[in-house]
Amino acid sequence: MTLLTHLQRLEAESIHILREVVAEAENPVMLYSVGKDSAVMLHLARKAFYPAPPPFPLLHVDTTWKFQDMYALRDSMAEKIGMKLLVWHNEEAEERGINPFDHGPLHTDMWKTQGLKQALDHYGFDAAFGGARRDEEKSRAKERVFSFRTSSHSWNPKDQRPELWNLYNARKNKGESIRVFPLSNWTELDIWQYIMAENIEIVPLYFAAERPTFEWEGGLFMADDIDRLERVMGKKPEITMKSVRFRTLGCFPLTGAVESTASTLSEVVQETLLTSTSERQGRVIDKDAGGAGMEKKKQEGYF
Amino acid sequence: MEKNHPAYETDALIAEDIDAYLEGHQNKSLLRFITCGSVDDGKSTLIGRLLYDSKMIFEDQLASLEADSARHGTQGEEIDFALLVDGLAAEREQGITIDVAYRFFTTEKRKFIVADTPGHEQYTRNMVTGASTADLAVILVDARKGVLQQTRRHSFLVHLLGIKHVVLAVNKMDLVDYSQETFDAILADYTDFAKEVGIEAFTPIPISGFKGDNITSSPSANTPWYDGPSLIDHLESVELSSTVAQEASFRMPVQWVNRPNLDFRGFAGQIASGTVKPGDTVRVVPSGKTSAVKCIATFDGDLSEAVAGQSVTLTLADEVDCSRGDVIAAGDNPPEASDQFSSTLVWMDETAMKPGRGYWLKIGSQTVTATVQPPKYEIDVNSLDHLAAKTLELNSIGVAEFATDKPIVFEPYSQSKGLGGFILIDKFTNATVAAGMIEFSLRRAQNVHWQATTITRDDHASLKNQKPRVLWFTGLSGSGKSTIANEVEKQLALMNRHTFLLDGDNVRHGLNKDLGFTETDRIENIRRIGEVARLMADAGLIVLTAFISPFRAERQMVREMIPEGEFIEIFVDTPLEVAESRDVKGLYKKARSGELQNFTGIDSPYEAPEDPEIRVNTVDMTPLEAAEYIIAQILPLK
Repeated sequence: MTLLTHLQRLEAESIHILREVVAEAENPVMLYSVGKDSAVMLHLARKAFYPAPPPFPLLHVDTTWKFQDMYALRDSMAEKIGMKLLVWHNEEAEERGINPFDHGPLHTDMWKTQGLKQALDHYGFDAAFGGARRDEEKSRAKERVFSFRTSSHSWNPKDQRPELWNLYNARKNKGESIRVFPLSNWTELDIWQYIMAENIEIVPLYFAAERPTFEWEGGLFMADDIDRLERVMGKKPEITMKSVRFRTLGCFPLTGAVESTASTLSEVVQETLLTSTSERQGRVIDKDAGGAGMEKKKQEGYF
Repeated sequence: MEKNHPAYETDALIAEDIDAYLEGHQNKSLLRFITCGSVDDGKSTLIGRLLYDSKMIFEDQLASLEADSARHGTQGEEIDFALLVDGLAAEREQGITIDVAYRFFTTEKRKFIVADTPGHEQYTRNMVTGASTADLAVILVDARKGVLQQTRRHSFLVHLLGIKHVVLAVNKMDLVDYSQETFDAILADYTDFAKEVGIEAFTPIPISGFKGDNITSSPSANTPWYDGPSLIDHLESVELSSTVAQEASFRMPVQWVNRPNLDFRGFAGQIASGTVKPGDTVRVVPSGKTSAVKCIATFDGDLSEAVAGQSVTLTLADEVDCSRGDVIAAGDNPPEASDQFSSTLVWMDETAMKPGRGYWLKIGSQTVTATVQPPKYEIDVNSLDHLAAKTLELNSIGVAEFATDKPIVFEPYSQSKGLGGFILIDKFTNATVAAGMIEFSLRRAQNVHWQATTITRDDHASLKNQKPRVLWFTGLSGSGKSTIANEVEKQLALMNRHTFLLDGDNVRHGLNKDLGFTETDRIENIRRIGEVARLMADAGLIVLTAFISPFRAERQMVREMIPEGEFIEIFVDTPLEVAESRDVKGLYKKARSGELQNFTGIDSPYEAPEDPEIRVNTVDMTPLEAAEYIIAQILPLK
């Protein structure tokens, strides 16, 4: 009798989901945000299809405001695994110079929400893997593993297909698409433990190091590209070197840094467990629209 | 005596020795359970409590919880745990949970995934969904109210879905002064009912989700008379169903064939039951070919053994034909294949079941077309009585037989959830309309062989010097189907072709005289005509059929019966006003006056073909012109 551990069961479930989509969808893609959840999802895809490389491309819906370390890891991972990497920039957002300082929530909407829809339409992807987890946020707890979007990419929480046993109904009409979340049942701690157990490479920003930081609207941020910050903010931010790390990674001016000395994986996990602020708090996005912020964004097509 | 329970005492270790802590965590098992209760049984409060006690709530969530408690809360000044788990905005306003939500928490020994499902009457479907993946069910009863109709319904569903571990959690004990008498009375009541439902054993626990009694440690000072385990103790110790599944024979539905190069051919799947090792003799079903496992290939190197629940890739010693939908199984004890079954069905769609219609059936990695017979009976989930039923509506449960268009590999649900549980999918809306559990096969499909005949289908056709076809005319009553079909047949006869015209009215006088005009009967009417047309086409004939055949699904069903390229759908496209103004048989008049029910175009829908092979417009063409146009489209005839 072999007793499977929780990580083994979660891994087996995720691999089953990944394979099911590849068997049933016509043109799947994996959304790759370069964060730790994406890293785990990509690792699981490598396991699911071994010895073949994952039979779909990676899609990065870029905002041009990500950390330099993220771009570096993104490019090196795609090359190492031998997967095609597609990078999408919303041209309209680029032309209008949409940025996180002047445009607030519009920045996320234009670059990410609209950019994602454009990319999916452009390539005709009918299934997109995303790294969202049910433990992240209240409305995510009710999301299905296979989440159906209309041809205009909207999500109707009242009209979702029941998911029984390990049977997923991937059938859809022309123009409709599915967002698939293979990590639905993982918790943040599971993700960290799996990264440790499997020795998965993640962006160095998760570990504490001396970095140039500045304060803005009450938060602590990293000056990843000082010249660009100066252009957009109209003045050079006041830089202080501090030992910081990041609990989640997004656009560098939207992702708050935390002061920390945790420089190894176990120290990071230790800090995560002892800390008393939940994961998404570092991100500004959930706070618009009160408690129902994420739910509203999803109905509009945000991942 | 209250003992000090270690369920959540890990904080110290996290700070002192993180590596030791992680080491302990690494090897925890995972239990999935479901909580079922009526509205106000305190289900959300209990789950909120479990999350809260296991420190799965962070300070910022706690702060927003406190703010929310003040705004929406029902517990006065105290924290309303229920708000932690009631998710979507609309539900929060209504104050009830309406969907399945999954929550996560951890104790010293295990990780848990809780399916939180609603107790509201109309949401049987959500509970069945949550129960399908659960190892254990917690059935909540309000100590003040005792066993209710809904408690009975939940227990029945839990048993139906094959959950072996049941906890009867008598909640809100604080509101009945922790009375042993009350607890014992509820226990006695439930014991009788459990027997009736078929639940063999259950674990009763008196609790208070709100105050915390007997949740993490037992007995609570308030229930000195209770000598059983606390809820957490029990959850930490029950046996997992995935472990039990290892004892059964090996079965792995093949999900995907992995062929990265000519030297590697792997069969990927999640093991449904049993264990497998390199060298094991296996049989691929339904083909029945045997081989041996060559290796269990993984990213981390080849494995020496794999067990139920794992997702693996197997390579076999021989080049056997094996693809998605096949099952690789223990060589000495493979599962059967069949194409006729008796099953329990839970209907999950707003649109009721249509007996006779073809649905996609997905079981394991197999997808086939299934035709469901009218239910043998519906089960009243409150009284467990068997009721006569012609169909199943949303949230109703019944027993029905079904047939599949090709044999599927299966096991009874009571033996294997992986090879006995299935879903039905509507072919047009793609909605998941039902969940089902196979009870048994009505016959062994392998015993009913297709009689091999010497004169083949091709022989029949070449003797007649023609290619068989089914010219399927569809359109409203009075559109001109019969007239045009008759004209086409006349012209084909002049060309020395062997034909037969099946006409709606004529068939209804004989073969289908037992059928009426309800939706169900119309579907059966078309199915029989399709089968007759197929036999005639097998005999080499050009078959013409003239039936309203109003539903796309049924025309599709017939299309799938006939060899590819031989089914020609001809849409006789006559607008309703034109057909009605013709009214050759006076039927529209009767339908308008209400004398005739279920008349297509009036009070029963006509679903026009989206992409017919041929379309004729009878407003601009005479019947003769239409017939000539059709012949021109189907040339050459050989």
